[in-house]
Amino acid sequence: MKTRNLALATLAGAVLFSTALTAAEPVKVGFIYVSPVGDAGWTYQHDLGRKQMEAALKGQVTTKFIENVPEGADAERIIRQMAQDGNQIIFTTSFGYMNPTEKVSKTFPKVTFFHATGYKSGANMGIYNARFYEGRYLNGVIAGKMSKTNVAGYVAAFPIPEVVMGINAFARGMKSVNPKAEVRVIWVNSWFDPGKEREAAMTLIAQGADMITHHTDSTAVVQAAEEKHKEKGTWAFSYHSDMAKYGPTAQLSGTTHVWGEFYIRTIKEVLDKKWKGTNVWGGMKEGMIQLAPMSKSVPADLQKQIVKLEGEIKTGKLHPFAGPVVDQEGKERVAKGKNMSDSDMNAMNYYVQGVASAFPKN
Amino acid sequence: MGLNFISSILFATVVAGTPLIIVALGELVTEKAGVLNLGAEGTMSVGAVAAFAVAHHTGNPFLGILAGMGAGIFMSLLFGISALTLMANQVASGLALSIFGVGLSAFIGKPYESVALASVEPIRIPLLHKIPVFGPALFEQQGLVYFSWVLIVLVAWFLYRTKAGLVLRAVGESPVSAHSIGYGVVKIRYQAVLFGGAMAGIGGAFMSVFYTPMWVEGMVAGRGWIALSLVVFATWRPARVMIGAYLFGGCMIAQMFVQGSGVRISIPAQFLSAMPYAATVLVLVLISRNRSTIRLNSPASLGQTFLPDA
Repeated sequence: MKTRNLALATLAGAVLFSTALTAAEPVKVGFIYVSPVGDAGWTYQHDLGRKQMEAALKGQVTTKFIENVPEGADAERIIRQMAQDGNQIIFTTSFGYMNPTEKVSKTFPKVTFFHATGYKSGANMGIYNARFYEGRYLNGVIAGKMSKTNVAGYVAAFPIPEVVMGINAFARGMKSVNPKAEVRVIWVNSWFDPGKEREAAMTLIAQGADMITHHTDSTAVVQAAEEKHKEKGTWAFSYHSDMAKYGPTAQLSGTTHVWGEFYIRTIKEVLDKKWKGTNVWGGMKEGMIQLAPMSKSVPADLQKQIVKLEGEIKTGKLHPFAGPVVDQEGKERVAKGKNMSDSDMNAMNYYVQGVASAFPKN
Repeated sequence: MGLNFISSILFATVVAGTPLIIVALGELVTEKAGVLNLGAEGTMSVGAVAAFAVAHHTGNPFLGILAGMGAGIFMSLLFGISALTLMANQVASGLALSIFGVGLSAFIGKPYESVALASVEPIRIPLLHKIPVFGPALFEQQGLVYFSWVLIVLVAWFLYRTKAGLVLRAVGESPVSAHSIGYGVVKIRYQAVLFGGAMAGIGGAFMSVFYTPMWVEGMVAGRGWIALSLVVFATWRPARVMIGAYLFGGCMIAQMFVQGSGVRISIPAQFLSAMPYAATVLVLVLISRNRSTIRLNSPASLGQTFLPDA
């Protein structure tokens, strides 16, 4: 009898102790980044989100990140390692991590994975992305109103739908207020090569573009515009991060990613065991895309107009790809009165009217 | 296409080719002494960050160049100790130096990632910069651009017109013979390696202080490797290094001008991006296709360790 009591007591104690332990032990959340965090850019924004989330869920989670993980075979090893190390929630933040994430997610059914920008999901793998194009459209409107040469230059990384969507949205925004506007694109075939990005920006400026933006990862394009601002009156729109500190005069606005709220919301769902899969493509309404603060060089009435349009995007009244959407060749892609579907946007492989350059054939 | 365009293309070509020329000429001298140092990428990175840091703190771009040069010498000294004194495999030592240098530069550079540097005013050469088209393109450039031109002449003159150059080449051809007639092979190789490191450091300084006045991890973006391959494809001839570097820069800029002109020519973007590499290799292979000149110019003992007492 005595021994049994003792045994029960120990057991109860052990149970109590272990529950106390689980209650006290925060959940480990891991992030995998494709580039160094740095001071601006895609990864930097994800890391801002991570920090915001960690602060908001203090005590409930601890976070860890591994930066500069190349897409490819190495990624799988590192994702697996992260899961083995006891991370219960893992965010992989680059398109090329999609297949490795999916593979690893199958061997770790108790871990919840989230992949940014991909399209494959599973029982324990959610996907998320942001509607960058909404910000691009508004940037385009500012460019269209303020351009003197009616030419905007766009330094772009790779001709994939995500990037093409941004170019088209910018062109449509520009064209919506300036029928003479045209967008010229230079592909640098690299997400990150400040030298090349700068050369591309300088080339566009030399050829008459007075509005410059980029879909690459460094601040070189904004800096190039800043340098040429005095001589050529060049203005810039930042991407990923607000780059005003690199282009204090030249930057008019930009499209900024904000991931923090999404991370907080999603991790809470997982912690509360309410998670039922994630397929989030959030934009301005969800706060995942924001305009970089408009500089004082943007006239007050234009600022007002942009704020109004932003409200309309949030309510769904304005869609950057509302029909009619006509491509460069004159073919109608979306009929009047309709909005382009998400799947069509994600498969965009043509330029719309307003883009002057030829679409790079693959 | 107006004259202004031609001038801008030329200008940008020269700028893009300059770091390649400086780094490649340094490597050329190193290789002529029979040492293959694959550490250019890492050395450039460390040179770039050192130059940026010093230029930022002192506000003096010239001191930045000196710092880049010093950092390059330091990096190549590490290579020298490993490959020349300890006689480790040159290829492995060089690769290690590249990987180490890229990482080290990222580590040192963390606090400088958010710092902006004012761009440096170009130096106008009196009279010459007034020549139409060519003036603004060639004679309103950064000091290091002129330095690269002087360097081409100096390196060619040194290698083929001076006794020291002859000795250096002898060391690269047959270290045993050079040693047996009393030349300090290891010492000469050290000097060549340090020179190569200094040039790679200056090349890095050009990137971070003049080309894109900023520091970010990975900003050298493979230019060290391009410079290395230029040396081989130029069959170790200084003038051909220059042709190769400008050809590479020129193709890169020209394809951008085609894209940015807004004219609709549908060429795959990947093809355009690959074109500078393909064109440079093709042209250099064509002008250097003579087998016997390749054999004449390539240092016979390249990459082999030398044991003085053997």
